[in-house]
Amino acid sequence: MEGLGIQLAFYSFAAVTIGSALLATMAKKIVNSAFALMATFFGVAGIYGVLGSDFMAVTQIVVYVGGILILLCFGMLLTDRVPDEFRVRSPRRYVGASIAATLTFVGLAWAISGTAWARLPHITDGSAEALPTTALIGNALLTDYLLPFEFASIVLLVVLVGAARVARGGTR
Amino acid sequence: MQQDFLTILMFMLFGAAFVVLNMVAIGRLLRSKTKYTAQKSATYECGEPTFGGAFIRFDIRFYVICLVFVIFDVEVLFLFPWAVVLKPLGWLAFIEAFVFVAVLAVGLAYVWRKGDVDWIPLHGHQAPGARLSEMDAVAAPSSAVTAPSSNPAPVTAAADG
Amino acid sequence: MNPLLAQLTAAETDGWWAGFQAFFVAPENAWAVSLLLVLIVGKTIPGMVSLLVWVERRGAALLQDRLGPNRVGPFGILQSIADLVKFIFKEDVLPGHVNKPIFLLAPALAVIPPLVVLSFIPWGANVAIADVDTGILACFAFSSLHVYSVSLGGWASNSKYPLLGGVRAAAQMISYEIALGLSALSVFVIAGTLRLHDVVMFQTDGLTIAGTTYDALWARILDWNLFKQPLGAIIFLIAGFAETNRHPFDMPEAESELAAGYHTEFSSMKFALFFLGEYAAMIVMSSLFIVMYLGGWTFFGVENLLTDWVAEYGAANPGWINWPLIVEAHLHVGIFLGKLAFLLWFFIWVRWSLPRFRYDQLMSIGWKRLLPASLLWFALTAVGVALVR
Repeated sequence: MEGLGIQLAFYSFAAVTIGSALLATMAKKIVNSAFALMATFFGVAGIYGVLGSDFMAVTQIVVYVGGILILLCFGMLLTDRVPDEFRVRSPRRYVGASIAATLTFVGLAWAISGTAWARLPHITDGSAEALPTTALIGNALLTDYLLPFEFASIVLLVVLVGAARVARGGTR
Repeated sequence: MQQDFLTILMFMLFGAAFVVLNMVAIGRLLRSKTKYTAQKSATYECGEPTFGGAFIRFDIRFYVICLVFVIFDVEVLFLFPWAVVLKPLGWLAFIEAFVFVAVLAVGLAYVWRKGDVDWIPLHGHQAPGARLSEMDAVAAPSSAVTAPSSNPAPVTAAADG
Repeated sequence: MNPLLAQLTAAETDGWWAGFQAFFVAPENAWAVSLLLVLIVGKTIPGMVSLLVWVERRGAALLQDRLGPNRVGPFGILQSIADLVKFIFKEDVLPGHVNKPIFLLAPALAVIPPLVVLSFIPWGANVAIADVDTGILACFAFSSLHVYSVSLGGWASNSKYPLLGGVRAAAQMISYEIALGLSALSVFVIAGTLRLHDVVMFQTDGLTIAGTTYDALWARILDWNLFKQPLGAIIFLIAGFAETNRHPFDMPEAESELAAGYHTEFSSMKFALFFLGEYAAMIVMSSLFIVMYLGGWTFFGVENLLTDWVAEYGAANPGWINWPLIVEAHLHVGIFLGKLAFLLWFFIWVRWSLPRFRYDQLMSIGWKRLLPASLLWFALTAVGVALVR
């Protein structure tokens, strides 16, 4: 694909991502937030696609749109009576959220600046076709990144047990 | 490969255009204008007068089910790249994934044991649809008005859960 | 680049036909090819759905010993067209109590995901619209969006029946998605790839037992994943029924208790789009089953009958359109559609043969039977692959 097309695609996905993310944080109704978030997830998936990371693009949709967002929607259904309005709007929440957002931003910026983009020819000169990444990711997970891989299962277990307990009322 | 993603994007746009064309454009040109009356825009409840709002609170177990789903969804996704490299890597990969799945199987055993995936309550769990049965209890007097001699069995059944 | 087009090279240097070919063959015009394919498939699916609806109604009548729709056209085959006209002219009521943007978005979300998934299906050796390396994952990614149309359609209606139907449907669909994913995963473990095209090829390369590859007819038959993955195939099929909300899992629209479930409040074309989406999802699920378990476009060697002709013609007429290749593509798609017709008939057959499950039965089948069974089958498959390799 031509360099111009890829740039155009990148910037439009970036615009979708940022715009809908803003909408998600600013929306008055919780359900509109959820929908804006769906667009954000798709935008991020699109960026992964543009960067030639097919596995990540698809995973993004399966996990976030097909999983996490459904969880949010169920949460919406569980809220009392008026699911349309946010219940709490205290400045305290903004402080916590901005700290979390800043930390995430710093982490992402650090990771992005540390990435060797030059090793990806389809990005640097836009001429080469991106290679499929699934097998590469599988290899990396099972050899160099084995500890994080196994650790992920522990994290998932802890999340499962903890969240199920909290949802049950934290007594049993 | 990016070409394929472009095709997918086109498909999504085509779908959107198809929907807009069918839902909004064609019909609007052809059909007569809807005259709204109170009956027409009322909530459909099989002709009965509506009673109460629709936003009932749902049982928490729907949420727990969804949570378990998300966890296992992520697990299955981790296994997809593994499936591709199992043949070349062999037993090493097998053992690594075995540990991974075993840890999560413990999670499944936990929610199973605790009755989170049960729809009929076991050990002293909150009755399923307890809040829905509250609704039934509220709705009962109105049905009693229309059919005073009716059997009260449904109400007690709902209270039993 | 589409593989079919890669072989169609323009020989003539002038004339509109040569220009026409050159336009579609040039790599920078790949978007035009994509657009053409999108239009063809996008137009085919509604046609297939209307035929399917007719088959379902006639089939139901056949199984229940009655006539079914038989007035519009020969054997009532134009019934769906008549229904479409009726849908278009029906009053489009937008009830006052709904959440308007989401109420309008829900039918769209029912139609678009199945259409997108169909672009990943390899209909023939050279006939796939988007042959991506992560094919099956992409299919799952877009099928999982189907939950939104159902749950949000129910939620936005602001009415009791749709809400109950929507929540039930969402919980049901996510309950069976894991079993579906795990049984599919077993197929990809033995095939060693996620590309759907390669999964089909894996089912035709002959059966290898203890280092010897057999190529006889029995080996070709046993090479289908249906026979290599019997339990996985059954789990996938059951979960597929649940995912598409078909009988015996059609809880979300159990008409005897929930009116029409999540689309009770939808009228006119909005309802028609839900209907279309539902049947398109059925086509998607059947196509995935065919690709993964029933050998895709292959039929025990029939698919290779034209290979020699294609090669000869290509060698004899270099630089000219390889017409036999297009004939071969039709053969492949024809085989695929034959299998599809069988599976769709199976869906209908089951619908009019089995009673509906109760909701708690449905949930316990999903979590306590199918999920452990698929985990176990997956583990067995992994052991087998690690042993044999």
